[in-house]
Amino acid sequence: MAGLVAAFELRNAGYHVQVLEYDDRAGGRAWTVRGGDRYTELGGATQDCDFADGLYLNPGPWRIPYHHQGVLDYAKRLKVPLEPFIQVNYNAYLHSTEAFGGRPQRFRAVQTDYQGYIAELLSKAIRKNALDDALSVEDAHLLLESLRQWGALGQDGSYQAGRRSSERRGFATAHGGGLMPSAVPSDLLPRDPLLASSLWQWLSSGNEQDFQSTIFQPVGGMDRIAHALYSQVASAVVFNAKVTAILQDEQGVTVRYTDTTTRAERNAHADWLVCTIPLSILSQIDIAVGPDMRAAIDAVPYETSVKIGLQFGRRFWEEDEQIYGGITHTDLPISTIGYPATGYGSTGPAVLLGAYMWGPASYEMGALPPAERIAVALSQGSQIHPQYAREYQTGFAMSWSRSPFTNGCFAAWTDALREAHYANLCQIDGRIVLAGEHASHIPAWQEGAVLSSLDAITRLHRRIVNG
Amino acid sequence: MDRPTLILSVMLMALLMRAATVSAQAVAQDSARTFTISPGYRFTEKSGEALYNATCAGCHMPDGKGAQGAGHYPALADNPAVEAAPYIIGNVLHGRKAMPSFGDAMNDDQVAAVVNYTRTHFGNRFAESVTPGQVRSLR
Repeated sequence: MAGLVAAFELRNAGYHVQVLEYDDRAGGRAWTVRGGDRYTELGGATQDCDFADGLYLNPGPWRIPYHHQGVLDYAKRLKVPLEPFIQVNYNAYLHSTEAFGGRPQRFRAVQTDYQGYIAELLSKAIRKNALDDALSVEDAHLLLESLRQWGALGQDGSYQAGRRSSERRGFATAHGGGLMPSAVPSDLLPRDPLLASSLWQWLSSGNEQDFQSTIFQPVGGMDRIAHALYSQVASAVVFNAKVTAILQDEQGVTVRYTDTTTRAERNAHADWLVCTIPLSILSQIDIAVGPDMRAAIDAVPYETSVKIGLQFGRRFWEEDEQIYGGITHTDLPISTIGYPATGYGSTGPAVLLGAYMWGPASYEMGALPPAERIAVALSQGSQIHPQYAREYQTGFAMSWSRSPFTNGCFAAWTDALREAHYANLCQIDGRIVLAGEHASHIPAWQEGAVLSSLDAITRLHRRIVNG
Repeated sequence: MDRPTLILSVMLMALLMRAATVSAQAVAQDSARTFTISPGYRFTEKSGEALYNATCAGCHMPDGKGAQGAGHYPALADNPAVEAAPYIIGNVLHGRKAMPSFGDAMNDDQVAAVVNYTRTHFGNRFAESVTPGQVRSLR
């Protein structure tokens, strides 16, 4: 993304640009895998994606927050259609292997009961005058009223099964028409087991700004934006170019690269260079920059992640469980089941995200052959959706540590590393400036790559114009 | 028409049966072919081999031969640099360039086990002499 943004904007500004791309496609991690795609990871395992027409997995970024105005601006300018990504789905599950017999619970039930019990407890404390030190009499009354609303409490401040709670958590028997059975309120999850379940850990997952509504995805796959940028600069892009050295002197920049299809060694010359190679790769390349930038390039570790797309023969999550898009959270190592936020109600197969893993589990999963990663995702996911075994058709398993074009997922800055190196990484060194999510305060998001690129080329242009 | 489905279901049964040994809580038994997924942010494997397969193999590959793409992952097999135990221990504990650190996700015993395993496999024939105490001193 960073390289395409730089090429697009600089060309619009009147510069002659050339883009060197290691892969045989544009977009880098802004990538979508579809049926017919072939991917060979480091170590040689090849996956031929067999997803049905129109289905896809975004192995990298898969959502665009409303405040990521850099990415959204390119979608708008380049007319890439967007649709809502569903982050919080009240009807999706929260699941703990240790809680409620391992049975997944609906988000709406957990949230309603958690808020209800908390509001009830706090109301009791206020009524027992336990908060007199902190609250005036008037404010105590206001707080009680707000808790009654927030927690769906009764007039007496208690949280109970009944119409009020069921209007949020759902009825055991729903309202119907005509002479259908009368509605029956649902039972509450008991308070102490709910607290012990830790299911509440996911209730605020949609509260962070990055995940708040409205949040988007491009129609058809995340690579649509990168491809729209690419189509604007296609004549300037050289694919299959493996950069081996970057030199500069007072006259200009030379990039040595190997054409990976012919093995031919080539040189590209330019007056200036915007280098968007991930630090995990750049730290292995000879680059003529000063010691401070060199140290910054060498300083940043890369995190890994695993994402697995699973195609099933039908949308059982919609048909059987009324889950339309959104995310199920589980304490199983797969961590996430993401339901497609598109094509609702369509018959035929669909692809869901069957695992999105971080930390030790992602190292362990990522070191398995792809088929075994998929087997683990199926085994674990079937604890939540028993339909898996009957409906599974085909899958695609991305291990970012095995990515030939990034050697990892994203730059895992720490506060200490930023303090020591970030400013040095972002300086213009002679005729070279770096850009990418690694040169941003928004790691792993496309917005980091876009803003980093815009900032780098703005400073570069100023340097060029002002000398 | 039925054949792909049949093959698929047989395969899936095999996968699910295998996966039964793979539950999140399956920890301790680190026999060679057992696969563990660690809950939380600490690795639970104990043997050098299991730890190697859980961590190093993701990049340096199961055979220790590394890999080559836009960049490379160095081979650990037949690698003289593996002789310098403190260098290897330091890389595992603190990372090196883009290699992440494992010091917070493994204890001293685990780091010693995986370093000793690497130093005595893949054609490496160095002494299996790294101790947890040596690891601790390099943290």
